[in-house]
Amino acid sequence: MRRVQADLHDAAMVAFFALLIFGPFLGLRLGDGDANNLDLTGTPARLAWAVGLTFLARLGMLQWQHFRRPVPVRVASAVARSGRYVAPALLVFAVAMPLLPGIANAYVDLGVLIMTYVMLGWGLNIVVGLAGLLDLGYVAFYAVGAYSFGLLSTNFGLGFWECLPLAGILAASWGVFLGFPVLRLRGDYLAIVTLAFGEIIRLVITNWVSLTGGPNGITEIPHPSLFGLTFSMAGGPGTFAGFFGLDPHPEQRTAFLYYIILALALLTNWVTLRLRKQPLGRAWEALREDEIACRSLGINVRNTKLTAFAIGAMFGGFAGCFFATRDGFISPDSFTFIESATVLAIVVLGGSGSQLGVVLAACVMIGIPALLQSLQIYRMLIFGLALVVIMIVRPRGFISTRRPTVWLHKAREIGAELATHGPG
Amino acid sequence: MTILSVNDLTMRFGGLTAVNNVSFIAERGHITAIIGPNGAGKTTLFNCITGFYKPSTGSVTVAHGDKAIRLDRLPGHAIAKKGRVARTFQNIRLFAGMTVLENLLVAQHNRLQAATGFGVLGILGLGGYRAAERAAMERARHWLTLTDLYERADDPAGALPYGAQRRLEIARAMCTDPVLLCLDEPAAGLNPRESASLNDLLLKIRDEGTSLLLIEHDMGVVMKISDHIIVLDHGKKIADGTPAEIRADAHVIAAYLGEGDEDDPDAPVAEGAA
Repeated sequence: MRRVQADLHDAAMVAFFALLIFGPFLGLRLGDGDANNLDLTGTPARLAWAVGLTFLARLGMLQWQHFRRPVPVRVASAVARSGRYVAPALLVFAVAMPLLPGIANAYVDLGVLIMTYVMLGWGLNIVVGLAGLLDLGYVAFYAVGAYSFGLLSTNFGLGFWECLPLAGILAASWGVFLGFPVLRLRGDYLAIVTLAFGEIIRLVITNWVSLTGGPNGITEIPHPSLFGLTFSMAGGPGTFAGFFGLDPHPEQRTAFLYYIILALALLTNWVTLRLRKQPLGRAWEALREDEIACRSLGINVRNTKLTAFAIGAMFGGFAGCFFATRDGFISPDSFTFIESATVLAIVVLGGSGSQLGVVLAACVMIGIPALLQSLQIYRMLIFGLALVVIMIVRPRGFISTRRPTVWLHKAREIGAELATHGPG
Repeated sequence: MTILSVNDLTMRFGGLTAVNNVSFIAERGHITAIIGPNGAGKTTLFNCITGFYKPSTGSVTVAHGDKAIRLDRLPGHAIAKKGRVARTFQNIRLFAGMTVLENLLVAQHNRLQAATGFGVLGILGLGGYRAAERAAMERARHWLTLTDLYERADDPAGALPYGAQRRLEIARAMCTDPVLLCLDEPAAGLNPRESASLNDLLLKIRDEGTSLLLIEHDMGVVMKISDHIIVLDHGKKIADGTPAEIRADAHVIAAYLGEGDEDDPDAPVAEGAA
């Protein structure tokens, strides 16, 4: 009896807050009565619906919490065991996706977009997930990579494949350059300074009109070629379609771009997975756990942080270079703070430090809004709700356990309660 | 043979002098203990020796091989690398989310990193890296066995019981291959049985050729295993000698029991402090 009373009280409080929040949004309607006056009409019915639904939903949620049973151990361990097949299955799907019959070009295009964010997420995961440095300005390196390629190609006529390593090197040097002064900061302070650097890079690009073209951006950035074969729609000799005797089709170019970004992303993943089992990667994770202990063990904290920053930045630069060649056009608008925030959200949502988590989170963060296009104005509402629900159900991200890098007897996953994830 | 010499070391924080003109010597192959009442400046002195504070004046020199290295001039991370001085912390600082074994491998970072050829050979799995890693695993196994943690090697460090965490921190420090191991209250929070096995472990470490410097409140530990004791009070050194000498020292008794206690100068310190 007492529990029912408590539940009703709880739900009533939630409904009250819903009334406060929804009141102005749903309870009032602003209409334009005539040319000069706006009129305000009350719509109590709508408000009552919303508040009533909230009340019932909260009541339902409480009941579910009271009566849910813990997942049986057998089921939980089966789920955990099947987890190891998720990554290979996703990989096979990713490789085969553009070749599947009946897959629309738009989906391959979406695949390219998701894969770009997977790569960015993997790059940032080195900095945030492994080394525990909260970087809110990751987009700066993405921009450096994109503009490196844009400027090198339009000014010196270099192609994508020559510029790709250069863009990575330039982004990495910027990582070191920016890292030197800021890496003595920790946690929130580091986050603020990196946020500022992201903005500085964007503002410099916007205002240095003579070099970067300012807000107009750089156009006519060349598309990548396959061993000299272009993907021109004109066909004929020297093009991919002409060489293989095919009809030129935009799908060929999209699929080609898809495989480039897939290869780049897999490179990022491979290097990260290898580094995790190396002294450097272990030092990153140790740094995330306890910086002072690292110093007492003779680890050069500054250099170790710098390598994380530089390697993360390098992959950001590769992704930026790809971004420039995909669209053939770049402008400062593509490198706003929201990009950094999206990539960071992917890393956190996936579970900082988890490579598979990044993939799942990128699919959710990029895939859901794209697939919900048809829902129009409700798209972002549903998206926001989905994120809130995910963070309530899995507060430490999709994959919050940590797998040890080395073992004597048997590797056992380290539970979320012990694994420090992300910036500590 | 001297392993560590501290000369005229002073540490000031603004107007507060935490350590005032302290000099002492620690012998190679000895266990040297620093004791003193709370607030005597023991941990500050310790932090100066291990590079966490830069002393206001004075010098700290460690001698190994045929070199004398000024620790107060080294950057923090080089104390362990070049100075070969390792330390533990009063409030344990393990990598809680990493396994016991990983903790011990992180401690061997510098040796392993050197074998990876700037990471490139390591990533490709080439060169001497495999041999270096095997040697690192062997060293980790050795210390796991000595600290009785072998069975728990794959457990996260944060899941170990308190006493085991203390032992792991010592094992981790020893994996850096130090000539001098500095322990900040290693027996704090241990029960008598764990405390006794800690004594054995410390003696074993000493017999393997590493000198020890420890801060300790547990007089049972200090008096039993120390070869040499230094007593601090209010930032100054008030006594320096063997356990027997310290036990009989009037200054020390006064510091621990209060000044007015002159009528019973033979009261054993051990009881007063423990």
